[in-house]
Amino acid sequence: MSRVEIRDVSKRYGSVVALNQVSLSLADGEFFGLLGPSGSGKTTLLRSIAGFVEPEAGQILIDGADVSRISTHRRDLGMVFQHYALFPHMSVFDNVAFPLSVRHSGKAEIKKRVEEILELVQLGGYGQRRPRQLSGGQQQRVALARALVSNPRVLLLDEPLGALDKNLRQQMQVELRQIQREVGITTVFVTHDQEEALTLSDRIAIFREGVVVQAGKPGEVYERPRTAFAAAFLGATNFIPGRVADRRGSAGTVVLEDGQTIHTLDPLPSEGMAVTVTVRPEKFSLHVGGRPTPDEDEAVNCLAAEIVQPIYMGASITYRVKAGEIELTLFHQNRESRIEPPGSRVWLSWAPKHSILLEAPGGDLL
Amino acid sequence: MTRRLGYAYLAALLVFIYLPIAVMMAMGFNESSNYQLPFRFSLIWFDQLSDNEILWRAGRNSVLLALANTVVATVIGTMAALALARYRLRSHAVLQLLLFPPMAVPWLILATSMLIFFYYAGIGRGLHAMLLAHVALSLPYVIIVVGARLYSFGPDLEEAAATMGATPVQTFFRVTLPVIAPGVAAAALFAFGISFDQFVTSYFLSPPGVTTLPVEIYASIRKGFTPEINAISTIIIIVSMVLLLLVSRFYRFGGTQ
Repeated sequence: MSRVEIRDVSKRYGSVVALNQVSLSLADGEFFGLLGPSGSGKTTLLRSIAGFVEPEAGQILIDGADVSRISTHRRDLGMVFQHYALFPHMSVFDNVAFPLSVRHSGKAEIKKRVEEILELVQLGGYGQRRPRQLSGGQQQRVALARALVSNPRVLLLDEPLGALDKNLRQQMQVELRQIQREVGITTVFVTHDQEEALTLSDRIAIFREGVVVQAGKPGEVYERPRTAFAAAFLGATNFIPGRVADRRGSAGTVVLEDGQTIHTLDPLPSEGMAVTVTVRPEKFSLHVGGRPTPDEDEAVNCLAAEIVQPIYMGASITYRVKAGEIELTLFHQNRESRIEPPGSRVWLSWAPKHSILLEAPGGDLL
Repeated sequence: MTRRLGYAYLAALLVFIYLPIAVMMAMGFNESSNYQLPFRFSLIWFDQLSDNEILWRAGRNSVLLALANTVVATVIGTMAALALARYRLRSHAVLQLLLFPPMAVPWLILATSMLIFFYYAGIGRGLHAMLLAHVALSLPYVIIVVGARLYSFGPDLEEAAATMGATPVQTFFRVTLPVIAPGVAAAALFAFGISFDQFVTSYFLSPPGVTTLPVEIYASIRKGFTPEINAISTIIIIVSMVLLLLVSRFYRFGGTQ
């Protein structure tokens, strides 16, 4: 149970900047997801916390004490590796007992604790097996049990579910989160799977080229991305370019190239400036026939569009549409069991609070 | 048909390899001192061998030298292999590349250079010089064999051990060594074999009165060939065969099993 603080940590490999003055702060017991494409620095940060990588500058504090110059084995960590790194020459019991036995715990105590933790990960009775006799999911649990057995201060997870197939993965996500809550351990979790990060994390940080572009609760970062990169990395989104038409009042107006206008609640720069607004595909409502009547109390955004391509996905239908020159994607719940054919004239509507104004318009597209 | 041809070819190959050895071993058990036929079974040459002080002393030297070489070369070589496989060293590629030439340079040339160097360095000749030479000759083999094993798994296991609180020493003895043990055992057998079979360097570096088995056998042959040599060769062949079988059990040569 510990606080972890990353202060201005930098690391370079030759001319490549892996981490550029990264600062993050993790509360006690928090599950923190590091998310980003490969080479974005998330793994370097995790390995710096583990002590495999020595940062050039900055500090890593666990419970207020700087550990950045301390060797790994003195940091009091637990870590689950992508390929589990179970010791092939040891039984499951000996694997899980390893952290206790290197600390010279008593035999009886080791036995009690190992059995307890194997019970927690639902592997009671598997102690005498060899790692290679276990399935991928079971090996994953052994790795987790081994990482937790000595009650370390911080748990590090390096894409721990990456090697599992999809169904098992979802099941393990739930279990992992449950066990983490039960133990209450501060956890740093690296993944490139955005859905997994959203599902598991209390907070996430999105990395790009060694910099944290945005950090916050999954809901916040998903609903209110600040940059095009953050918006596009966390799920699908649409980018709508336009110019500020009217910034007075509670809802400003942006005019698109074809003359249609959209409303946003975000503060706008001065009139005439080019801006980019992003809207998630599931925020759109699709209307066939006439223009929908706006809600009484809320100025509803409404765009005329034409269906370019419907993609049937069972529970939902993804439509590629064109509003003027702008291509948009929208997810439509498949309630009516009806697919709008290409070429149909439709209306898209959404609430102004879902029109998110991005920083640095245009310049930050992936 | 092709199958039969294949078997015939294989049989011919084995005859080609083993016939001289078989003849030599058989003559060790033949009573005649100058290889006369018909073959009459006798252990007389083994009996005479047991009285041959010089050969026995040479044999003891060979075994002790080979054992010392095994220990020294395996320990140093394993440490070097670890350093090459696990640390980012400056000029890593150059170091690794420099391991191969000693295996390609003829032993005769290496032995000559060692003789000259040891002369100038004041090391001189004798068992200690032979040990140095044998260690130098076997190191590349040990490093490559142990290294191959180390590269077959990444640094994950060692990193994992470190996160669990194991000191580097604990990590080596409880994780790395058990995992690379088959490679280390195979390397040790290689080192033993290289030293035990070594003729050229030992011949150059043996002062009068101190010899190893191969050197002594060579000397005996020059003096006058007796089937005693066949007898001792038979013993060496059997020991080598057993060693080789052990190696192939520990270390799979490319194929499966």
